[in-house]
Amino acid sequence: MVTGYGAVTPLGHSVDETWTAMLAGRSGIDTVDAIDVTGLGVRIGGQVRGFAPGRYMPPTVSRRADPYAQYALAAALEACEHAGLVVDDRLAPRVAVIIGSGYGPVGSIYRAANTLRDKGPRGIGPFTQVTTAMDSAAGEISMRLGTQGPSRAQSTACASGADAVGAGMRMIGNGEADIVLAGGADACVTAVDLAGSGNARALSRRNDDPAAACRPFDAHRDGFVMSEGAAVVVLEAAEVADRRGAAPLAELTGYGASSDAHHWTAPHPEGRGACLAVEAALRDAGISGADVDYVNAHGTGTLLNDAVEAAVLRKVLGDRVTRIPVSSTKSMTGHMIGAAGAVELVASIQALRTGDVPPTINCDEPIAPDINFVPHRAQHHERMRIALSNSFGFGGHNAALVVRAV
Amino acid sequence: MPNDTDTLHAIAKIVEEVTGVGSAEVTAEKSFTDDLDIDSLLMVEITVAVEDRFEVRIPDDRVAELRTVGDVVSYIAEHQ
Repeated sequence: MVTGYGAVTPLGHSVDETWTAMLAGRSGIDTVDAIDVTGLGVRIGGQVRGFAPGRYMPPTVSRRADPYAQYALAAALEACEHAGLVVDDRLAPRVAVIIGSGYGPVGSIYRAANTLRDKGPRGIGPFTQVTTAMDSAAGEISMRLGTQGPSRAQSTACASGADAVGAGMRMIGNGEADIVLAGGADACVTAVDLAGSGNARALSRRNDDPAAACRPFDAHRDGFVMSEGAAVVVLEAAEVADRRGAAPLAELTGYGASSDAHHWTAPHPEGRGACLAVEAALRDAGISGADVDYVNAHGTGTLLNDAVEAAVLRKVLGDRVTRIPVSSTKSMTGHMIGAAGAVELVASIQALRTGDVPPTINCDEPIAPDINFVPHRAQHHERMRIALSNSFGFGGHNAALVVRAV
Repeated sequence: MPNDTDTLHAIAKIVEEVTGVGSAEVTAEKSFTDDLDIDSLLMVEITVAVEDRFEVRIPDDRVAELRTVGDVVSYIAEHQ
C-alpha cells in the first residue's frame, strides 16, 4: 500500500503544489540561472526554485548535504507527515529507505574536485567522502528519521526512481521490512551534465522558448530537458497500514524491470527491453494490457524514445491504447532523471484518486493521432482503476510500475 | 595585530557558519565537545577555516589539545 507521498519539483515544493501546477498545464522549465551557462549549447532546465533548506533541516545538515539529498529529505519528511508515520523504537528496525538516483551528488563531486585543484588536500572537508556518495540521500533520511531497517541507493539512470519503488515493494513482499520510504532524487542541472547530455544530442536546444522545449509525442520534439527534484512514497504492508490506522492512497500491484542490452543512449529500435519491463509489471499485477486505464508515459521528448514508446504501448496494450489517456508530465517538469519515476508514480496515483489526468503540454502535432496524449489541457476521466507508469533509462534500464485505486 | 576579542569574534563566526551554533554562545571558556557539541569531523572543518582566516598552521596532533575556544585564541596569538 502507498500511504503517503512527498515531492520537490520544478513545479513546487510539495505534492499539492506540483499536482496543481500539472493540472494547470504549467511548465517548470526556464533559462538556467543557478549556474554559469556561458558557452553551453543547452541553457535551459527545470530548476527547483526558492528551496529553503532551513525549513527542513538544521544548518549542519544543509551545509554538508548535496541538493539531491536535501530534496530527498524534504520529500521524505512530507511523505511521513502525509502518512502520519512516526518512526518510534518499535517500528524503527522494520523501516527501510531506498532512494534512487541517476547521478547522485554530482554538484558536490565537481566542487570537491575544484577545491582539490585550488586549495589542495586540506581544503577537502571531512564530510566530503560521505556526501559525495550515491547513498548520501538514503543516509540523511535514515539518520534524521531514525529508521533502522536497510537503507540504500538504487542507480539505474532515468529508471532509478521507479526501480527504487519496485525494490521497496519487493522488500515488503519478502518480509525484509514492514515500511519502506522509497523514491528518487537528482540535482543534475550542472554545467557538466548539460554539456554531457547536450553533446550526446539528447537535450532540447530550444533555448529561446524554454516552456515549449519539452514536447513529448509531438512531431517537432528535439530532445529532453534536464531537471532536478525528488519524490518519496511511504510503502507499507496492508496489515501494517491497517494497524497504524493509515488510510491507503493506492495499492502498488506490479513492478517489472529489464535491460535493452543494445546502446548507452538509444533505446532498442523495437523497444524490446521496454516491452519486457511493461509486460513483467502487468504480469506481476496479475492483469493484462486491456485492464490499464491510464499511462503516465516515460515520454521524454526525444525523437527516439517517444516513437519507440508509442510502439511499445501499442504492442503491449493492443487496441486499449487508443481508448485511454496517455500523458507525459515531463512536458511540464522536464526530466528529473532519478526522481522522474517517483514523481510520475505520485502523479499516477493522484490521477486515480481524482479522475483528473495531467496533460502533455506542447503536444501540438501528435505522432500517433489515434492515441489520446491529453494534449495541452488536463482531462477528467471516470472510473479509472489502474495506472501504468513507465521509466526507460540511459544504459537500457527499463522499469514499469502498476498502481491500482483503492 | 588583532586583539584577542577580535580573534574570538572571528572564531565564533566560523563556528556559527560550520555548526549553526549561534556566535553569541561561542565564548572563550566553552569546550568544543562538551559545551558546543562539536564532533571531530566538524572540528576538522573549523580548524581548516581558522587556518585560512588567520594564516596559521595547526598540526593535526595539536588540534586535540585545543579543548576550548579560548585555547584556539591563545594558539593564534602565539603563532600568528
